[in-house]
Amino acid sequence: MKQVFGRSPSLKDVQTHFCPGCHHGAVHRLVAEAMDEFAIRDRTIGCASVGCSVFLYGYFNIDVVESPHGRAPAVATGVKRARPDNIVFTYQGDGDLAAIGMSEIIHAANRGEDITVIFVNNTTYGMTGGQMAPTTMPGQKTSTSPYGRDINNDGAPFKMAELLSNLDGVAFSARVAVNNPRNVLAAKKLVKTAFRYQVEGRGFSFIEALAACPTNWGMQPLAANERVGSEMIPYFPLGVYKNTDNL
Amino acid sequence: MIGKQFVKGNEAVAMAAIKAGVRCYFGYPITPQSDIPEYLSRELPRNGGTFIQAESEIGAINMVLGASAAGLRAMTSSSGPGISLKQEGISYMAGSELPGVIVDIMRQGPGLGGIDASQADYYQATRGGGHGGYRIIVLAPGSVQEMYDLTMLAFDLSDLYRIPAMVLADSVLGQMKESITPNRRPVCALPPKDWAVRGWAEGSPQNVVKSLKLGDGEMEKFHWEMHARYQLLADRESRWEEYRTDDARLIVTAFGSTARISRTAVETARAAGMKVGLLRPITLVPFPKKIYADLSRRCKLFLDIELSTGQMIDDVRLSVERDTEVAFYGRPPGAGSLPTPEEIFEQIGKVYP
Repeated sequence: MKQVFGRSPSLKDVQTHFCPGCHHGAVHRLVAEAMDEFAIRDRTIGCASVGCSVFLYGYFNIDVVESPHGRAPAVATGVKRARPDNIVFTYQGDGDLAAIGMSEIIHAANRGEDITVIFVNNTTYGMTGGQMAPTTMPGQKTSTSPYGRDINNDGAPFKMAELLSNLDGVAFSARVAVNNPRNVLAAKKLVKTAFRYQVEGRGFSFIEALAACPTNWGMQPLAANERVGSEMIPYFPLGVYKNTDNL
Repeated sequence: MIGKQFVKGNEAVAMAAIKAGVRCYFGYPITPQSDIPEYLSRELPRNGGTFIQAESEIGAINMVLGASAAGLRAMTSSSGPGISLKQEGISYMAGSELPGVIVDIMRQGPGLGGIDASQADYYQATRGGGHGGYRIIVLAPGSVQEMYDLTMLAFDLSDLYRIPAMVLADSVLGQMKESITPNRRPVCALPPKDWAVRGWAEGSPQNVVKSLKLGDGEMEKFHWEMHARYQLLADRESRWEEYRTDDARLIVTAFGSTARISRTAVETARAAGMKVGLLRPITLVPFPKKIYADLSRRCKLFLDIELSTGQMIDDVRLSVERDTEVAFYGRPPGAGSLPTPEEIFEQIGKVYP
């Protein structure tokens, strides 16, 4: 019998710590498939961040450097400059990348560092228990915005894929979601494109993946998955915001 | 033969770093150390290395973390306010057992302070500086030649013990010009960096550089292992300089630029027939406790001199025999507070038995 589907060789055969309905697992798989596709697993170095994504080394068959909170783009800069022949990616959450690490991501992108950034936006701080994130949506209740995010007090959510696409140093920027098969297939293609940019030495590539966090949203997995489509995608539109393929 | 060169202390640091094989420098401008990134921005790319002016001190130290995790010699440099910002990264490097060199050309503080010489960051440097309970290697040059030599040593010790190393100087040493001999890199057998991330090839172990230790007993074990390593460091690497301590009835002790000024005062005292010596710690971590203990068995009076209200004096008091008196003369850092040799000689006269 011909096997048509299996575990990506770049992923370890282990259970993850992710909650039921969490989208991190699906995003991990897309990253692993991109490594498989380009046969780069054995020369890829991951830069883990602080948050639910910290256990990168436990799930991927790759060497990993753990970064301080928000600093993964600076750490990845050091790794890539030291080892330009390696493929280097960061995997960061929204608090990590768009709050405490805003300076590092903007400057790494602006320098056009030849790295790939996987940014998981689930509109909350997952690991610390569901506090307000820089991407928490207007009116969204969290443990530190109990009356709902008030944009007059807290500002509006950052739209990172759009924001970074304005920088000359960015070669590729796209937003994807993994809430249904169609979006997963589209996301798979764009995650591969992001890694292809680095394989070809084209400069900074960025993927924002919208993700569900049922536990901290206080929702059942199915309802959380629904919310990605009904609330997040209309506010954070999917698509490619920067593409330098034709330059 | 290596010819002499007339250079600034900061330039000597940068020259030595290149000689020591630094491949990556990441920094941010701040007075009084900007000659270091200026020199390296010019010379490091010519020597096959990478120079990045980072977006911040935080960015810079984390780039050092990344390059060091990848197995290369990496460094940064700064002064007080910038060193404070780097503490997060230094703590992570200590927790990840990563080598790396941090040069601190001390200026005044707290806060923005000022750019004159200071030794008031002794505590910050020697007590770890960041969170979590760790030490870093701290070397205190007393001349431009030592700015050069100790920068080289910092790279070797850091690689050997997998502990970040700091060269702790001040604006006097950084800005002063002296003639130095740019010595060759000393021979030092270093272990291979088989822990570095380079891509997980078939047949080799997965390398993970991290400071998160959640396993039962894992963090406790790490702390005890590091504790033992700090002890080993103290046993093997403590360095100091003695000047006329053999028959001394009073031993002046000071580090860095203050030790230079004190030495002139000690010479004046000797010329006046007073039996005064000088003990200058070169390694502040490890603090050369044994020589203090040994000397205090025959000399019961020390005079500690610092450009602060007294910080190293804690280590001096912890190191000498209990019945030893440790007098103190300090000038808190600030414009016009650098003591003269005459001033220190006067202090020697006040306490001399």
